[in-house]
Amino acid sequence: MATVSERKKTRYIGKRTPKYDALERVTGQALFAADLHLPGMLHGKVLRSPHPHALIKRIDTRKAEALPGVKAVVTAADLPPPERAQGMLGGELLISIMDLRRLTIAHDKALFEGHAIAAVAATTPEVAEEALDLIQVDYEVLPPVENALEAMSPDAPLLQPDLYTKTLGEQPERPSNVATHSESSRGDLERGFAEADLVHETSYETKMVHQGYLEPTATVAHAQPDGRITLWTSTQGIFGIRRSLGHLLDLPLGKVNVIPTEIGGGFGGKIYAILEPLAALLSRKSGHPVKIVMSRAEVFRATGPASPTHITVKTGAKKDGRLTAAYVKLVMDAGAVPGAPIGGASLVCLAPYKLDHMKIEAYDVVTNKPRVQAYRAPGGTPAAFAVESHMDQVAERLGIDPLAFRMLNAVDEGDRMTDDRPYNRIGLKEVLRRVAKHPSWTSPLPPGPHRGRGLALGFWAGATLTSTAHVLVHADGTATLVSGQVDLTGTRTTMQQIVAEELQVPLESVSVRVGDTDSTPYTDLSAGSRTAYSFGAAVHNACQDVLAQLRVHAADHLTAQPEHVEYADGRFWLRDSPDQNVDLVTVARRSTFRATGPICGRGTVTRLQPAPQFAAHVADVEVDPDTGKVTILRYTAFQDVGRALNPTQVEGQVQGGAAQGIGWALTEYYHFEKGVMRNPTFLDYRMPTSLDLPMIDCELVEVPASDGPYGARGVGEVPIVPPAAALANAVYRAAGVRLHKLPMTPEEVFRARQATSAIG
Amino acid sequence: MRPFTYAAPQSLQEALDLLAKANGTVRPLVGGTDLIDQLRQRRKTADVVLDIKRIPEMHRLEYVAREGLHVGAAVSCADTAAFAAVRELYPAIRASCLLVGSVQIQNRASIAGNVCNSAPSADTVPPLVTLDARAAIVGPRGRREVPLEEFFTGPGQNVLRGDELLLEIVVPPPAPHSSNHYLRFIPRNEMDIAVAGVSSLVALRPRGRICARARIALAAVAPTPVRAKAAEAVLEGHVVTSELIEAAAEKAVEACRPITDVRGSAEYRKELVKVLTRRTLRHCMASLGQPLES
Amino acid sequence: MTFVANFSDTTLRKAVRVVAKLPLSFTVNGEPRQVFVQPWQTLLEALRDELALTGTKEGCSNGNCGACTVLLDGRAIVACCMLALEAEGQDILTIEGLAKDGRLDPLQETFIEYGALQCGFCTPGFLLSARALLNTNPAPNEQEVRLAIAGNLCRCTGYDKIVRAIQAAVEREA
Ligand SMILES: Cc1cc2nc3c(=O)[nH]c(=O)nc-3n(C[C@H](O)[C@H](O)[C@H](O)COP(=O)(O)OP(=O)(O)OC[C@H]3O[C@@H](n4cnc5c(N)ncnc54)[C@H](O)[C@@H]3O)c2cc1C
Ligand code: FES
Ligand code: FES
Repeated sequence: MATVSERKKTRYIGKRTPKYDALERVTGQALFAADLHLPGMLHGKVLRSPHPHALIKRIDTRKAEALPGVKAVVTAADLPPPERAQGMLGGELLISIMDLRRLTIAHDKALFEGHAIAAVAATTPEVAEEALDLIQVDYEVLPPVENALEAMSPDAPLLQPDLYTKTLGEQPERPSNVATHSESSRGDLERGFAEADLVHETSYETKMVHQGYLEPTATVAHAQPDGRITLWTSTQGIFGIRRSLGHLLDLPLGKVNVIPTEIGGGFGGKIYAILEPLAALLSRKSGHPVKIVMSRAEVFRATGPASPTHITVKTGAKKDGRLTAAYVKLVMDAGAVPGAPIGGASLVCLAPYKLDHMKIEAYDVVTNKPRVQAYRAPGGTPAAFAVESHMDQVAERLGIDPLAFRMLNAVDEGDRMTDDRPYNRIGLKEVLRRVAKHPSWTSPLPPGPHRGRGLALGFWAGATLTSTAHVLVHADGTATLVSGQVDLTGTRTTMQQIVAEELQVPLESVSVRVGDTDSTPYTDLSAGSRTAYSFGAAVHNACQDVLAQLRVHAADHLTAQPEHVEYADGRFWLRDSPDQNVDLVTVARRSTFRATGPICGRGTVTRLQPAPQFAAHVADVEVDPDTGKVTILRYTAFQDVGRALNPTQVEGQVQGGAAQGIGWALTEYYHFEKGVMRNPTFLDYRMPTSLDLPMIDCELVEVPASDGPYGARGVGEVPIVPPAAALANAVYRAAGVRLHKLPMTPEEVFRARQATSAIG
Repeated sequence: MRPFTYAAPQSLQEALDLLAKANGTVRPLVGGTDLIDQLRQRRKTADVVLDIKRIPEMHRLEYVAREGLHVGAAVSCADTAAFAAVRELYPAIRASCLLVGSVQIQNRASIAGNVCNSAPSADTVPPLVTLDARAAIVGPRGRREVPLEEFFTGPGQNVLRGDELLLEIVVPPPAPHSSNHYLRFIPRNEMDIAVAGVSSLVALRPRGRICARARIALAAVAPTPVRAKAAEAVLEGHVVTSELIEAAAEKAVEACRPITDVRGSAEYRKELVKVLTRRTLRHCMASLGQPLES
Repeated sequence: MTFVANFSDTTLRKAVRVVAKLPLSFTVNGEPRQVFVQPWQTLLEALRDELALTGTKEGCSNGNCGACTVLLDGRAIVACCMLALEAEGQDILTIEGLAKDGRLDPLQETFIEYGALQCGFCTPGFLLSARALLNTNPAPNEQEVRLAIAGNLCRCTGYDKIVRAIQAAVEREA
């Protein structure tokens, strides 16, 4: 599509129009998957492995089946043979269909604590629960592989005997827990280090964390007698779910209809099918609709958290601060089957820095943990925590201000990403200039002991993928946007704005409908900061198509050629004789019976340029020297958003992402003991409460993207990238200790201080 | 949840009869903020859940001169904290009630439930122990009182017999020239269980800084709430100074027998006891009009 | 009230699973309601499953997220930590009853205006916690607002806009 980078005067774009679907949410009317109730519906429950690693010798479901009220019990044996379970599923993280099949329900081996072993459908949740107790499983318990470094050692137990490392080098002879070893490089690393005045190397570690969406994963499946399956589900992408079901249940796509319910947060964690295949199997077997709602503990144990990492960073720099070389090694834990976000982490880690010589090595490693899913800028937060902490240390050792150091090395248009694609228009330097002038950076810290300020950068390339939208114009001139694009982040609101803007009609005359897979054409999932950008472009295109169709009708009415018809504000006229005109309503009404017929504009994009996003966060903290507890005093997020289509929505994304990053930085982690998660509750998995966060100030920088609608960039992912590093850098200045591990819990900060005072 | 029956008797006698006669496990219920989840998670079982909130005696909330404060078993933490006498005379009780969970939890949860659940981390217990509170228990043999300090026998365990109910908590009037404070440490700022908690009480002799009586009670650092008697001894009979407080804080650690778990390591818990003992004692001195220079 | 059968009958537990539903009379959103519930059903389950009031959400089932917050005689409580039968004779306000006579509560208005919701799963709980606060404290400061909603988790917003929306409602009601 045409680049719309110059800023025209707009009516709705850039305005704080109210959230499209807010009313139903503040009144409790919005329907989430768990709210559904169908006639004859059964309740499904899942039996899960108590062992992180075990062979399944035998499953006896007879007693459970005999319990009154139990209508179906399924195990892996109920899956159709895996003939069609071929290929890879996209989304944010790749997963092979075979692995998805294995994850859905354990075949002969439980790969993590919480792995589904069997599922039951019964008339009440109580009966289903009781039935789970009656299923007998004989396990042969195996030693668990607890973390990626351990998994890589040659004598580690193997999770999958048929897993061989994918690598560019020599093909391995022995199976391994390393699924992939990837490398990207540029220039001559050794030369770069040789040119340096200072070579600095540090290592970092982050733990498994969860997206923490408030709505537990839930689904309702209804298998009709003719073999069709209808699913109402809480997902970020209905077409991905449909495809998974097609593969796993051996069904043509036309026989699976996926209807998206409202989704109570996803953040990358509701992409691949987890409960859906089980609910469908149970429904098929029982002949009733089946609802499965996870408990919070199940959500923690058996959905898809974010990857734990071990990261090493080595850089060389000149005395004046210029970086000469950088090497990053990323070891990322995928959990039970391959697919850690090594791609995202590789792209993010060195993104802000201009480097002639660099190399990134990444390892995708399997362990006995739940298989990871994407979590907002997947891989980005650990990568930035490592690199941005490291860069602060380098700047300090060189005696250079951390902001000046970043400015000096900042990438610009034409420089290259770590995968060698050239950057198109980017706003990193504008972001840094804004920081340099902003009181959050220039004003002194509020007086008090043990306080410090930290800065860190973040990057996200932004996915684009395929988007499709239809815009219908009704007989009265009102319009409806129809698509299968799930509204995860307020899409309906911004898309309503785009349609109203482009069709030049009042906001109220535009409706937005999210349809199902049976009635809308393919569109990719809502994730990766792609929705506003890529789907927005599709909607924009659909509107252009609508206008073209309307022109044909107007021309028919005015007995002229469409090329001679002009349009503005609900009125068509002939360019050469403006008196000859007709209003939109008349044209719309005529379209139902004249000429080319009813208006249905189609817009699609498959390949936009990326619209890279940069952010900088500045945090002021205070550290309690006695307990190690960190309190955030002030927090400011700077971000190049290209164009804020709706500032309220954009700020919401920035604040939400920052809040999640802060939780990741300070309190959240999976506490594993021998592969078993010990804190699967919101009491002990500590997400920030309202008392743990300050107001999060947003400074939106607008450097228009090279492509896409109105210059807007995706905004949802990058805000989670800088917080951990910004806080680590602030804690360093406040407490004099550098933390190399997340989360920076009070106890960790306390111990770090003890360790340094013992030395010093 | 596993099936059980529910009873909400209107009189104490009915409740006691039920406890005595019921076959199976009867679980008294007040706020349910511990019990309901424990039943759901199957950490506890129940054949009968006995809701005591319809029993009038359980709602007593009264301050009687010379006797002290009576907090009935069915009184919520929120109501306790809002009670005038508690506001005026028992700031540490108030503070601890307002630490239990969130507003929603405080509106349902009771001190009785906190006490009977007998978690080592129970927040309302340490202040009550420092105030020499007693648990008034009723059963088929009538009423008995047990000093709260002796009420707990292990994590989740206490002296209540199966046929008994906690009726109320009785707290003697605070000593003159005394001050009481409670602090706990949690990684977040709300909605967390104490990694460690300390309540300190200091009573001074009339005029001056000589400590007539000290009580220090600890939470979450031993199988039960415990008193740090050695630390109290450091203070009693002496002029309270910063140095003395420091010494008491060090001594308080001796009373700890902490474990390492999801919420913190044993070493860290000991460190926190030191910090919180120091802070609560300094706070007490400050509110007695005897601030110590730091 | 509600004495059930004979407590010495040890087979009771099994029988109860199939049969016993007990009557519960209470007021919900201003209307007297009678439903039949099982003794072990929580108030949350009764509201959602028996009364089809699904605006009250379940995010954790153990009191930690506040998604199930309702007002019980005007006070905020978590419906997942209370048995339905405990509500006998009491007054419950759920999100469905917050707007009165077709007019939104000022909090509902400001939540919309300030963008205080994204996915909206936490929103009913926040609105009721905030309502309970404003009913007893018509002029809360920021700290008091934050304290009142500390039992409600929101993962989408970072609370910033929620706090601002509540503060705006305070002004609107003044
Ligand atoms: C989200 C959340 C946060 C929490 N935060 C805290 C916190 O910060 N600090 C803290 O200390 N606790 C906390 N708790 C735990 C709990 O809220 C407290 O222990 C509370 O005081 C329990 O009171 P209750 O009335 O709800 O007890 P219930 O759950 O009703 O009962 C608790 C136990 O005591 C027994 N019992 C109750 N009354 C009697 C009686 N009269 N006689 C005999 N036995 C009786 C019950 O059978 C049960 O075993 C939290 C709980 C939740 C859900
Ligand atoms: S569902 Fe009740 S507090 Fe989370
Ligand atoms: S708006 Fe999604 S959890 Fe609050």
